[in-house]
Amino acid sequence: MAKLNMVQAINLALDEMMAEDPSVVVLGEDVGVDGGVFRVTEGLIEKYGEARVIDTPLAESAIIGTAIGMALAGLKPVGEMQFCGFSYIMIPQLEGHGSRYRSRTHGQFHVPLVMRVPYGGGVRALEHHSESREASLGHFPGVKVVIPSGPRNARSLMRAAILDPDPVVYMEPKRSYRAFKEEVPEAPETVEIGKAQVIQEGTDVTVIAWGAMMHTTKKAVEEIRQARGASIELIDLLTISPMDTETICASVRKTGRLAVVQEAPLSFGPASEIIATVNDHALMHLEAPVKRVCGYDVVTPYFGRENLYLPTLGRARRGIEEVLDF
Amino acid sequence: MPKKELDTFRVSYLSILDEDGNVDKDLEPKLKKPELIELYRQMVWARRTDERMLKLQRQGRIGTFGPSTGQEAAQCAVAFAMKKQDWFAGAFREHGVRLLRGETLTRQLLYYNGQEEGNVNEEGANPRNLPISVIVGAQPLHAVGLAYAMRLQGEPETCAVTFMGDGATSEGDFHEAMNFAAVWNLPVLFVVQNNQWAISVPRSKQTKSATIAQKAIAYGMPGIQVDGNDALAVYVAAAEALDRGRSGEGPTLIEAVTYRLMMHTTADDQYKYRTKEEEDLWWRRDPLVRFRAYLEAKKIWSEKDQEALEEEYRVEIEKQVKAFEGMSGWKPDAPFDHVFGTRHERIEQQRREFLAEIAKEADRG
Ligand SMILES: Cc1ncc(C[n+]2csc(CCOP(=O)(O)OP(=O)(O)O)c2C)c(N)n1
Ligand SMILES: [Mg+2]
Repeated sequence: MAKLNMVQAINLALDEMMAEDPSVVVLGEDVGVDGGVFRVTEGLIEKYGEARVIDTPLAESAIIGTAIGMALAGLKPVGEMQFCGFSYIMIPQLEGHGSRYRSRTHGQFHVPLVMRVPYGGGVRALEHHSESREASLGHFPGVKVVIPSGPRNARSLMRAAILDPDPVVYMEPKRSYRAFKEEVPEAPETVEIGKAQVIQEGTDVTVIAWGAMMHTTKKAVEEIRQARGASIELIDLLTISPMDTETICASVRKTGRLAVVQEAPLSFGPASEIIATVNDHALMHLEAPVKRVCGYDVVTPYFGRENLYLPTLGRARRGIEEVLDF
Repeated sequence: MPKKELDTFRVSYLSILDEDGNVDKDLEPKLKKPELIELYRQMVWARRTDERMLKLQRQGRIGTFGPSTGQEAAQCAVAFAMKKQDWFAGAFREHGVRLLRGETLTRQLLYYNGQEEGNVNEEGANPRNLPISVIVGAQPLHAVGLAYAMRLQGEPETCAVTFMGDGATSEGDFHEAMNFAAVWNLPVLFVVQNNQWAISVPRSKQTKSATIAQKAIAYGMPGIQVDGNDALAVYVAAAEALDRGRSGEGPTLIEAVTYRLMMHTTADDQYKYRTKEEEDLWWRRDPLVRFRAYLEAKKIWSEKDQEALEEEYRVEIEKQVKAFEGMSGWKPDAPFDHVFGTRHERIEQQRREFLAEIAKEADRG
């Protein structure tokens, strides 16, 4: 057992997969010699060489486009978009082709690639370095979108993403990269993509979050538990798409109440989808209106105002209490 | 018909002032003394403000910042050749152009302090400066659109000048911009600051082309490589390209060969991928040093002038940093004001929630 932060945990997963499977390759801007601007791919080029750890020219569309070709021919590419704000340039390739080869050929071709996308705010960075766009990326049928919340699930999700036979967008909450360490077991673990995880059982209210918001939400839940002894069921969504209907609805059927905490803008986000899913399958079990604590529908402000706009511990707490008090 | 040669091409390289400040008399532009001094002053201003911003960043007084030290000639000499009416669509490392076109240090500090207010063209700044574009390679297309609009609206002699780095030349948008500009025969000047690096990726891994300038030829427009640390060469190439544009002869690509003397941004450690020795080599080609030597050889600049200039700038920088630090009273909900040009109830409802929430946060202590 070792205590690792999220950067080290993702790095470990990449390292393990590259060691196990010579078809795994890493490509992107600055992923080689520099080890990635966040150091997630540090040391890989030394171990696996330039042919498998590729410093590409500066072109996002080409990174995913060539990764699609590599995947079609049997490699397992793990590409990097340096920041979520630059990942839109990959969308023509992702939506137009990555997501479609399987259905287009009724399964004859498929595209087992992973695109890593560091995302989210709170790191005092320049424009385009703070967005949370899991909703946009989650809107393409045929593409899986996953988001770890801590070092341990970052490692297991990365392993699952590389082993997955389809395109997986693996979004990395930058704010959590080095925020805390966690025990990561010696042996590699994997999780099932498409499954949320109940990380704390409870009976009074279900609370769902993912990515960096998981950390904020955990604290809010703990504060509420201490303040009023509420029994809160906390769910880490982990997969944005395809979303885990069963875990979400089973929990809501049990607690009758739901709050969702989302960093991304309010409209058309995963929170909306979660609520619509509950509406479809568990509406009659609700005892209170569902609350969503979200970002706002504004262009992500520069870091001078950013902290005012990110969901805070206070907002998460008030949102959950509102549901409990109804 | 047998196989035959259809075309061949040549690319030229322009250098007027060598590393020691010796000038090629035949190529020397006819700039007047006050003009030469003004150009030099602008380059020194760009350098000193850059140095100060780096210090402020290190002290935690501004956020992440990408220094432009070493690229002053490539930037200021182009801006110097531009007319006021010309548009500027830059990337993120052209402080030299921005300052020359009227932006203040104070405003740049605001930007690097994470405030959109730092993008607003204040009085004195050229209203035809577009704000910083962080998305690599995107803004050349905007320049093409600007030039098209100018021509359609009766200003065919207005040029659009766009800057990008060597890394940006790998993006599809860059190529699409050159293609459109050439097909539409527009007065666009593409300036590639080839500073040898795109973060950790060297120029040699960015493109197999021997020069970036030659990429222009494939699109049917001229391309020229210049010594980007030679302000005279950059000026001459830019002035010619702008003349061509104004007289309806279409776009030009200039590759200014220069060097990013500092880290990519303050978040970067350049010694992970390059050596101090390589930097030292380029420090010897410092564009400021050779331009000063040239002015001194012409006897229009002296040690005393330099001292006076340094003092003038020291005072001015202090003044502008103070002005920046004295600013307060930022409207927290400004982002809601500018989502759209008109108000919409769905956004306004969120604004009310936002204001209520931040009031509660304040209450909490
Ligand atoms: C589309 C896009 N991809 C990636 C980045 C991250 N990034 C910022 S600057 C940079 C390198 C740019 O190199 P170059 O164009 O040579 O300009 P320079 O930094 O040398 O001025 C990268 C990869 C970005 N800003 N935009
Ligand atoms: Mg460069």
